Amino acid sequence: MKKDKGNLISGACLAAFGLYVISVAAKLPYVSEVGPGPGFFPLWLGIGLMIFASYLMLSSVLALKKESPSDSSPWQASGRALAGWFGLMVAIALLGWIGFSVSFVFLTMFLIVALDRRPLLLSAGVAIGLAVGFHFLFVMALDVSLPVGRWGF
Amino acid sequence: MGALENLLLGFSVALTPVNLFWCFIGVILGTVVGVLPGLGPAATIAMLLPLTLKMDHTTAIIALAGIFYGARYGGSTTSILLNIPGESSSVVTCLDGYQLARQGRAGAALGISAVASFVAGTIGILGLMLIAPPLARFALRFAPPEYFGLMVLGLAMVVFLAGKSMIKALLAMLVGLWVATIGTDLFTAESRFTFGQVKLLGGVDFIAATVGIFAIGEVLINLESRGGAELFKISKGLRNLLPTLQDLKDCRFAFLNGSLVGFFVGALPGAGATVASFLSYGIEKAFSRHPEKFGTGVIEGVAAPEGANNADASGALVPLLTLGIPGGNTTAILLGGLILWGYKPGPLLIQEHPELFWGLVASMYIGNVLLLILNIPLVPLFAQILRLPYFILYPLILGISVVGVYSVNSSVFDVWMMGLFGLLGYLMRKLDFPAAALILGMVLGDALERALRQSLMMSQGDLAILVNRPISGTLLLIAVGLLCLPAIRKVRSWRIQAVEQEG
Repeated sequence: MKKDKGNLISGACLAAFGLYVISVAAKLPYVSEVGPGPGFFPLWLGIGLMIFASYLMLSSVLALKKESPSDSSPWQASGRALAGWFGLMVAIALLGWIGFSVSFVFLTMFLIVALDRRPLLLSAGVAIGLAVGFHFLFVMALDVSLPVGRWGF
Repeated sequence: MGALENLLLGFSVALTPVNLFWCFIGVILGTVVGVLPGLGPAATIAMLLPLTLKMDHTTAIIALAGIFYGARYGGSTTSILLNIPGESSSVVTCLDGYQLARQGRAGAALGISAVASFVAGTIGILGLMLIAPPLARFALRFAPPEYFGLMVLGLAMVVFLAGKSMIKALLAMLVGLWVATIGTDLFTAESRFTFGQVKLLGGVDFIAATVGIFAIGEVLINLESRGGAELFKISKGLRNLLPTLQDLKDCRFAFLNGSLVGFFVGALPGAGATVASFLSYGIEKAFSRHPEKFGTGVIEGVAAPEGANNADASGALVPLLTLGIPGGNTTAILLGGLILWGYKPGPLLIQEHPELFWGLVASMYIGNVLLLILNIPLVPLFAQILRLPYFILYPLILGISVVGVYSVNSSVFDVWMMGLFGLLGYLMRKLDFPAAALILGMVLGDALERALRQSLMMSQGDLAILVNRPISGTLLLIAVGLLCLPAIRKVRSWRIQAVEQEG
């Protein structure tokens, strides 16, 4: 996806988002008994979003017409980043079930083995080392409570 | 008694071994909680407050204030090294501090941050000592229209955060303002944009959002290439790990700017250190000879906001000690402490308890020196973190982020929010939307809406109240001027191009 195409899509998304903000704000009272109501500020925010997003779309459409074709896309490498993000979200989902330490070990091993293609033993060493370090620093030294699994850590 | 005699009295109180010891403990503890994201000075002081009941009251306030301003010193460390803001007021430090770290100048950035904190802290204490009562009276003239003017001026700083596209910066700022509206409306208790989530009724946690956008977004962008996008360059030798004389020379104005802006904004109840840091960054960039380099790793871009958030700590004590008005969470807890110990914070506090006020002022001088002595040797040590290979560094950043965000409210929901904001931060980087503009909107959104609605209540809907009052009118005029700057620059460049073509 080229830069101006990205701007066009992000402009369209933001315009749609502005429309959503306006639609929610319109359902809230614009004026209350004591003055401006809860819908007052978001309504104007939504209008601002629509105006600026439309401008972004328009300027990217004009730029697209002038743009020369190119094969390079800044989104080609996004798969790895999105896989990393997905791994993080899975680890967060597991926090309440298996606790911080174990879910952090899984996340670290996923990042090192699956994304970085490094040896399993190295990844296990790094993951367990970091998890133990976190436990000592935060839980034992600073008395910070972290989510724990059924085995107590 | 003159100021000098009062100060001597203060030093006689602060230099007792017990007070020196607790000042030291306070600043150390403050630095530690400042370094760790999420664990802030407000929570730490609240936890320790019951322990101070049996202490001498002057000793107690010296220790607790040490935590307050010590946290400001520590807040920059993770911002510079890992792009994780340790405190909300350190968000701006990420912009240039992290870029400096990437260029192998983490030590210089950390060092300049410590020096800026020391200079600003000292100037702030001078302000607290010399102009506290008149400044507090001036701060009282700030009614909702004046706060609205101040918030709009803060938002106008988006001009200096815009990067390549002003429209994208404005859009990011509007999204930030929208995020600030999420939760329960303070005036009518109506819920807004909560998507049926009870946990969103209190709004989006600021730390979760900033850590997500800055730290997680940065890790994701670096994960794109196998082996890390770019390893940090690390300078060899201790000398290269500290700021140079040229750095100090370059930051002269930034030190002064940060100190003054931080102190005056700090004295305004409710404005906060984050606003001060954004304002000082904007001013620094506006008056810089190379504004285009800001955001790419400019040393002044670290000095100004770090100075501001430290001077703010002294400024915040002005309304607290002279009027009994807390400006934020931490000073509200300190106020609670003063009342708990039997004091009546207000105009008579300084006269009735000079040993408390002047002892605190003198201890802050000592505390600032202690912090500088403690922090400068730690700079090379902290900079070693960047020597870690990326496959250790990135999990470390993710782990610190999760722990930091979770520890604020012990809420897994906040960690989910951090993850979502992380994706947003990644997409913003990919699409060239300035993340700092979104944070600016988030920081100021709540106060802006409150000030606007209160102003309109005062005037029964007449918008003229915002421009008719001298302070708010002046602030709005400056804000409009700032917002017009890009257009003026564009017209000027067109004119130069036209003249060159004619020639």
